[in-house]
Formats: sequence, C-alpha cells, structure tokens
Amino acid sequence: MSEPTLSLRDLTVEIPTRHGILRPVDRVSYDIAAGEILGVVGESGAGKSMAGNAVIGLLNRPARIAGGEVWLNGTRIDELGREPMRRLRGKQIGMVFQDPLTSLNPLLTVGDQIAETILEHLPVSRSEARARAIAALDEVGIPAARDRVDSYPHAFSGGMRQRVVIALALCAEPSLVIADEPTTALDVSVQAQIIALLKRLCRERGTAVMLVTHDMGVIAEAADRVAVMYAGRLAEIGPVAGVLGAPRHPYTVGLMGSTPGASRGQRRLTQIPGAMPRLGALPQGCAFHPRCPRRGLNCDVDPAPRLDADGGRAACWYPVTETEKAEA
Amino acid sequence: MSDKGTGPHPAAQDGTLVRIRKLTRVFDVSKPWLNRVIERLPRARLTAVSDVSFDIPERGVYALVGESGSGKSTIGKMVVGLLDPSEGEVRVRDVDLASETDAAKVAAARSEIQMIFQDPYASLNPRWRVRDIIAEPVAARGGDTRGLAERLLEQVGLAAEDAVKYPHEFSGGQRQRICIARALAANPKLIVCDEPTSALDVSVQAQVLNLMSDLREEYGLTYLFISHDLTVVQHMADTIGVLYLGRLVEEAASDALFETPRHPYTQMLFAAAPRMDAYGREVEPPKGEIPDPINPPAGCAFHPRCPIAVARCKSERPEMRRVGGARVACHLAE
Ligand SMILES: Nc1ncnc2c1ncn2[C@@H]1O[C@H](COP(=O)(O)OP(=O)(O)OP(=O)(O)O)[C@@H](O)[C@H]1O
Ligand SMILES: Nc1ncnc2c1ncn2[C@@H]1O[C@H](COP(=O)(O)OP(=O)(O)OP(=O)(O)O)[C@@H](O)[C@H]1O
Ligand code: SF4
Ligand SMILES: [Mg+2]
Ligand SMILES: [Mg+2]
Repeated sequence: MSEPTLSLRDLTVEIPTRHGILRPVDRVSYDIAAGEILGVVGESGAGKSMAGNAVIGLLNRPARIAGGEVWLNGTRIDELGREPMRRLRGKQIGMVFQDPLTSLNPLLTVGDQIAETILEHLPVSRSEARARAIAALDEVGIPAARDRVDSYPHAFSGGMRQRVVIALALCAEPSLVIADEPTTALDVSVQAQIIALLKRLCRERGTAVMLVTHDMGVIAEAADRVAVMYAGRLAEIGPVAGVLGAPRHPYTVGLMGSTPGASRGQRRLTQIPGAMPRLGALPQGCAFHPRCPRRGLNCDVDPAPRLDADGGRAACWYPVTETEKAEA
Repeated sequence: MSDKGTGPHPAAQDGTLVRIRKLTRVFDVSKPWLNRVIERLPRARLTAVSDVSFDIPERGVYALVGESGSGKSTIGKMVVGLLDPSEGEVRVRDVDLASETDAAKVAAARSEIQMIFQDPYASLNPRWRVRDIIAEPVAARGGDTRGLAERLLEQVGLAAEDAVKYPHEFSGGQRQRICIARALAANPKLIVCDEPTSALDVSVQAQVLNLMSDLREEYGLTYLFISHDLTVVQHMADTIGVLYLGRLVEEAASDALFETPRHPYTQMLFAAAPRMDAYGREVEPPKGEIPDPINPPAGCAFHPRCPIAVARCKSERPEMRRVGGARVACHLAE
C-alpha cells in the first residue's frame, strides 16, 4: 500500500490548568489515504476539533501538542515552526470550518481572495490566477461565476459562502482538507449539495479529507472510514459500513441506538445513561465504564486497550463480536 | 374575526385541541425612515407565515418541519401568544385567542399552552434558583407552589435537591429538563416545543425525547413539535406539516408521509436528508436554494426548483387539496 497522506501517531494534546493537566486528545493514532474521507464523530467535547486543530498547528493556547507525531506525505509536521506551518496550511492543507465567515475576509472580493491564495502558493501570473479563481468558483457551483467573482462575501447566501470557502480551500491543490462541521449551520438541502461537492472534488483530485462532525447521518453519507472519539480517546475506527452497521464498541452501539433515524420503528430510543465526563474528572480504567452496559470486572481499573493505526477496531475489553451480531 | 367559510368550530367534540385557520404574519423589514427617503427605497414587507390552517388533535403530536426561514418558529410564537397574527386565528377549544373579549377566558386558554425553546441556556434566568424558575408561572397566578419544583424535578429525572441550585450548575440536557419542568408547572394541555433538542448531543437528545414521550403518556399532553430534523420528527410525530416559505405545502400522518411524500418539495427534502444507512449511496443533490422571502416567486413558490413544474405553476398558486389521506398544495400531486 502506498504511504498515507496523513498519519497521526499517539497524538496527544494537553491543557495545563490550575487543577492539573487536561488531555483533550489522548494518544490518538490513525491514517488517512489519498482520496479517502475519514469521518471523525463523537459528542460535544470529545476532542474532535482539538485533534484537527493540532494537525494544522492552530491550537489555541494554553493547549499544546504534548506527545506523538503528525506526518503529512512522509514529512513530520508537528515540530514545524509558525512560519513554515503557515505556508503549509495554505499550500498542502485546506480548511473548511462551520462558519464560512471565519475563513473569508469581508473587505476583499471572493475573486481576489482566491487569486491571492493561488499567487502565494503556485507559480502563476496575476491574470492566470484570476482565471483560475473564476474556474474554481465555477467548479464549486457558483452560478455565473464570471459575474460574481468581484462580489464581496456578504453578497452570498450561507450555502454559497461555504462553496466559496471550499473553492478557497482547494485552489492551491492541497493534499489534505480538514473540514470541521462544514454543514452544521446549513439547511438539509444545502448540506446535501455541499457534501456531494466535497465528495466529488476530493475523489477527482485524490485529496485526503478529515471530516469532523457530530452528525452520524452526514458521516454515513460522506465518509469511507469512521473514527469515533470519546473523552479525547479513539473508541472505534473502521470502514463506515462496519462501524455504523455493526458497531463493536459499546459507546458506538449506544450512539447508534440513540440516533432516531437508526432505530426506526422503536417507540423508545436506547439511552446511554449519564453524560460524557468532564476532562478534569475522567474515570479510571476505560473512560466509558460508568455508562457501559457491557463492562466487566477489570474495566474500572485497566485502561481500555489502545487502537494502533493498524490494530483492532474497538478500544474495548468486551467488544460486540461477530457471532453476537449474528445471533441478534 | 369571521371564519371565512370554515364554519363554526365545535372543537371540543371532535377531539381537536387547537385549530389554526388562515394564520398569517407579516413583518415590516423596511430600512429606517431616513434611509428610505435618501435611498428612495419602498417599504419592505416579509410574509413569514401565510394562510396556514391545521388542527392539533388532543393528545396528539403535530410536527412542523421545514428549512430555515420557513416560518416554523413564527407559527409557534403565535400559538403561544408571543406574537400576534397579522390575520387568521388560533383557537384553543372554543376560544379564539385574538378576538375573544372575555379576558378571563383568554387567560385560562393561554395558561394551557406552554413553550420550550431550542436554547436551554438563554431561556433560564441565570440569577434565579431552579426552584423559583420552575414555580414562577404558578406563583404569578397566585397558585400554591409548596413542594412543586421538587416534585417536578423528580418527574423530569433530576433530584429534588437540585431545586436550590442555579442554572449554570447544569449541563445542556439537564437545563432542557428544567425548562420542561417549568412548562409542566402550569399544568398545560399543549406544549409548543421549538427545536427542543437541536442544541443537544444525540445521547442527551435520546434522553430528552424519551422523557417527552413518557410525560405525554402520563399527563395526556399534546405537543406542537417544531424541528428541522426529519429523523427526530419521524420518531415523535403522529401528524406532520411541511412548510416552505411560510406556507403549508403538505400535511399527512407521519407514516404515510414518509412512505409516500406527495409534494415535490417534501420529496426533495426527504431525498436530501442524510440517512444512517446511506453509505455507498450516490444521490443527485437538490438544485437551487430557498428564494428571498421578501420577493417570493409567483404561483407556486417552489416552482423555480421543482423538477416537474409546468406553465400553470408559475402563475397560479396551488390550493391545499386532499390527495389520498394527505393534504397537498401542488397542482400535479396525485
Ligand atoms: N482552554 C481550555 N481549558 C480547558 N478545557 C478546554 C479548553 N479548550 C478546550 N477545552 C476542552 O477540550 C475538550 C475538547 O474540545 P473540542 O473542541 O475538541 O471538542 P469537539 O469534539 O470538537 O466538540 P464540539 O462537537 O462541541 O465541537 C472539551 O472537553 C473542551 O471543554
Ligand atoms: N421579528 C422579525 N422581523 C423580521 N423578520 C422576521 C422576524 N422573525 C422572523 N422573521 C423572518 O420570518 C421568516 C420565518 O422565520 P422563522 O424564524 O419563523 O423561521 P424558522 O422556520 O423557525 O427557521 P429556523 O429553522 O431558522 O429557526 C424568516 O425569513 C425570518 O427572517
Ligand atoms: S472497555 Fe469495558 S467499560 Fe469500556 S466500553 Fe468496553 S466493556 Fe464497556
Ligand atoms: Mg468541534
Ligand atoms: Mg426557528
């Protein structure tokens, strides 16, 4: 197999506080291959965004990478300084966030913003950059791109702005795109358009995508593989049909049971008792054990087995097995 | 206000709790007077809700779905009386909330309707203890509040001891439980729930939705359930009304609607909604976006995006009509 575009090895993010060190990302390892969409799911506070921000060197202080490695196309990038990291972000890593306005400069026309980015990273002339900006807007489905290239961001609807952001993220032809809740603020019909667009562009160009979302439906629609995070740790990872269709980790099972669309016809939704613990008060052993219906005698002492990049699928002592699934 | 041909409402007899007839709300969205004069702009009006009629049966769950700006919250606010209708009526049993002159009757009808909002943070006064937050609607009417908050807190799955705490000491899901307890305190018949779980994580959402189902059984409650999330609506509702640009375009029993969506917009919405079993599916996403509500398209407002539109759709607005067991506002639906 060829080298993955992105590799995380035991990535750990720490936040020092007065009450001790918090670990919002705790030894997380996974790979994303070229042309692959990895969906990262989990509930609020699971550490999804923090992991993505660590990769692109945009952690807000006092959070910092405290351990592990990040590799992009065979180069280690977690130790790069500010300036090389900034260059890398535009050129090799594109970013799409929930609020398109955070990525757009309100004082520049969308065409100028895209052209600037192209000029900064690709050896082309100014007129060539403008032509490419128009082509990029056209490609993401902005109607009459040639006429709208000189408009300002506020003149676009929310869905159209997110298209512009995608054009901006992809214009320097990055090998990795990090999309953090890119459709959370959008209506379903626009969400479907944006997901289809991301999928198409990344397949065509072989871009690797880290798609961060709390929406299992979006993951089902878009991702090739899924990583489920709980309390800063990777709970389960695997192909989308496997993880969503036959989850092994008790947390993933619970998550699927609580999702109305996944438990069709049930009068009551399956509840996971309690709530995700705060980082400052993580339980001993497996962080999920107080809520877990499958916990065994060792679960409150032994930390759950950790998932290596090429290891098993669920970080659990008593995962749901294939035979159990067949009996159910 | 006249009934405009819909006849008198013997509401209580046929088990209808709330009757909504030709409900319309227009907002003035003009720029300030001076700007209008200088820039020579006309007055601008936005019709947020237009000619909406439906019945909420007693003990039923009626859901309104639709994308952002379709008028869901505006309808909810008119039902609870937070907004006045520009036209049309909201009738609770036999009391028309807007035209009834007997103030006592209106007050009694109003107190039977409570509302739960999307944002459990914004809707709780941070400086009040939970006990006072929950008992306030009853205290305001001079009712007996002894032990009320404690009892209701246990009812919604919190502890009686939580009554002395402040809102910031609770998680999002717990705060929504407090909002539900407050709504229950007034002993309502109808609870208008505006995106009650949209701010919550799925596992917490499941807890709150289950709680709402349990309370409905226990107290015989009726819900007007507002949401943009089709999976949540499908799980909760008996009857669903689909809104597009302020108008009801389709209404049907939940199962029938998901089985056979008849309006092209409903079909588009269902096809676009992410599905949990969707892996591997490649769908053509819907075309276009929702038009500007200040200048909605003539005829059927959906016609610019509609894959089956004909000439008539551009000029003539389709009336709601019965098709099978559903009501549909489309010239071509069958
Ligand atoms: N400055 C800080 N001090 C303490 N804890 C923090 C700080 N910043 C973030 N955290 C914690 O780090 C954890 C991870 O947050 P992160 O934003 O990655 O979550 P997420 O999975 O993206 O959630 P969401 O779905 O809400 O976006 C959270 O529990 C958050 O409370
Ligand atoms: N106070 C107001 N003044 C002016 N326009 C308003 C006002 N309230 C609502 N609107 C407009 O009325 C329309 C319907 O709004 P409403 O909030 O009812 O939609 P909604 O279906 O609840 O949407 P969402 O899913 O975003 O909550 C929108 O176009 C909105 O901008
Ligand atoms: S390790 Fe134990 S407690 Fe954790 S999920 Fe598995 S069975 Fe449950
Ligand atoms: Mg996040
Ligand atoms: Mg609303």
